[in-house]
Amino acid sequence: MSNEDADDLAWERSAVVRVMPSAKARKLAKVPFVEMAGGRLQGVVSSGSDITRVYVSSIAAETHAYSCSTNNNRRCGGLSGPYRCKHLDALVKEAVLQYGAERVAAYLGVEVEPGGDVASLLDGTESGDNPAATVFNRFLRHLAYLELPAQTAPVPEMQWFPAGAVG
Amino acid sequence: MLSMHLAALTAALPDGIDDAVDLARGFDDALTHGLGRLGDTEAAALEALAAALSAAPLGLAAAEAAAKVGSGSASEEGLGVLAAGRAALLGAVHDALLDRFDTALGRTRAAWDEPAPVPASGANLLAGARSWLHEVAVTGWRGVGHDLVAAVDPTVEALLAEPALRRVAMLMDGLAAELRASSPVATMARVPARRWGDLWSRAMLLTWQDGAPAGAGEQVSGRLLPLGVDVHEHPTGVQIQVHGVLESGDTRRLVRASVAAGKVDTIVGPAIWGVLDGYPVLLAALAGHRAVEIDGMTLLPGGDLLWSEDAAEAGEPADPFATARLQLDEATAPPVPPLERHPVRIAEPVLLEDYRIDGADLVLDDHRLRVELANLPGGGPLTPELVAASTACVGLVRWDAGGWSLRPLAVQATVKKKPVVAHGGDWALGPTDPKVVKAQARSGDAVTVLRERAGRLLRK
Repeated sequence: MSNEDADDLAWERSAVVRVMPSAKARKLAKVPFVEMAGGRLQGVVSSGSDITRVYVSSIAAETHAYSCSTNNNRRCGGLSGPYRCKHLDALVKEAVLQYGAERVAAYLGVEVEPGGDVASLLDGTESGDNPAATVFNRFLRHLAYLELPAQTAPVPEMQWFPAGAVG
Repeated sequence: MLSMHLAALTAALPDGIDDAVDLARGFDDALTHGLGRLGDTEAAALEALAAALSAAPLGLAAAEAAAKVGSGSASEEGLGVLAAGRAALLGAVHDALLDRFDTALGRTRAAWDEPAPVPASGANLLAGARSWLHEVAVTGWRGVGHDLVAAVDPTVEALLAEPALRRVAMLMDGLAAELRASSPVATMARVPARRWGDLWSRAMLLTWQDGAPAGAGEQVSGRLLPLGVDVHEHPTGVQIQVHGVLESGDTRRLVRASVAAGKVDTIVGPAIWGVLDGYPVLLAALAGHRAVEIDGMTLLPGGDLLWSEDAAEAGEPADPFATARLQLDEATAPPVPPLERHPVRIAEPVLLEDYRIDGADLVLDDHRLRVELANLPGGGPLTPELVAASTACVGLVRWDAGGWSLRPLAVQATVKKKPVVAHGGDWALGPTDPKVVKAQARSGDAVTVLRERAGRLLRK
């Protein structure tokens, strides 16, 4: 058995291993929410001009079809012709900061050179359907985690999730 | 912990441990494959697991469940019984390992006194969780994809909203996040079969008995001397566990105080302390290396102090290394509640001194203990370099497939000929390293930004 196979076996038989790398800290003011879920890279981008308005942006992993609209479901004015708006570009940029270019590229099914630009590899057009409502709900759910009251009853199950888990 | 203690700890383990772990592995492989379409090998593995329990009270039920699942009809009850069987085996492994630890170090441990059962709550929510766990088991990890993972979202959301069900909620949330990031699992090069088998089994058991603390506990007062803090986190949850010695009257007991809170994946590293800001006395004790005066807190039978800020007051400075040197050997360790017995639960505070670090091993004379260097938490100042340069360490002794290991909680080191002391909780009130302060200032305060958004959007 090669060393690599032995490592794989030990990994498969360990209770505490890292299954996914943890996200990186990044500045959240402009793009408070980014995730790769439900077959899309999606998130929420703050409006530059109006503090009560946010844009909901998404890019489909398979087709790269994109959409961007306000949380009131109004199509983003920056979407014109074959170009993505600045909100979509900000979404990709922040996703790369949060997850790393490699993971974002893998999710979107493109190959990126080290240090390469993921956004330039995306060749989709504007999407026919707009998942804004779904994405915005995901954002609200995300925020709701911060409102969960802390509690002092022990959660022994968190032993499986040590900070900075191995492997 | 002296070299003779380390030698006794790391001596060969009884054969039974490997056998029990192998039986669990058979179950884990079946779960990877999917219990809905077992091959002969997987069916035989389930039968072997049941056979190993034949002398136990669970034996008959386990044999029936294994036979039923083997013939392709996996009921929720049957899976619950098999999860309990797997947990019983690993519980026995836990007991043998902890006994080895206690014997090797001469640690006194109080006996478990089974308290009166508490009635389970939240039955409907738990039934929803159970039904998803059943579907996942029938499908097998290899068959899990985006849709099956997304299907658990509403259940997890509802569980999280119910404080009494926080254990199963945080567990299922963490498991779902790993499955989401791994979907479709069929494309994964390797499946973390033991880990997901553990998480699935514990979640399944918690859907039957809800996870309320075992026993009502007793009221305690006295002085808590912290030894260090262990931090647990997944993308949307964090828990700190402060290990310490509780002096109360003439008794010295090892206790743990925990706080668990929700967070999101962009709150990482030093930012995690921000979501725990409702516990200033506890955090100040960590950051300032202070004792805490306790006036009437509940101590659960398993050694968990139910922290209450109202019953806590900052005390005198108390160096955790002094506490470890003077108190650790004398303090009585708590028993482990039966339903928590699993090797992952082993996290025993120890003090190690006058060792050398060789690669990833701590060496005392010729005896070695692996140090968890690759996974030091980002919320504190401990780094692999500091640990490598250290001469004294307060840490937690743990066990996993690779054997015994040490998770450092604090070190005393010599860097550039100057003594340096670093504790995992040093940044509990904010980082003290200028470089980290600067990096945090650059990225802004994640907790404040998101709380402000939550305030604006969730209460419109």
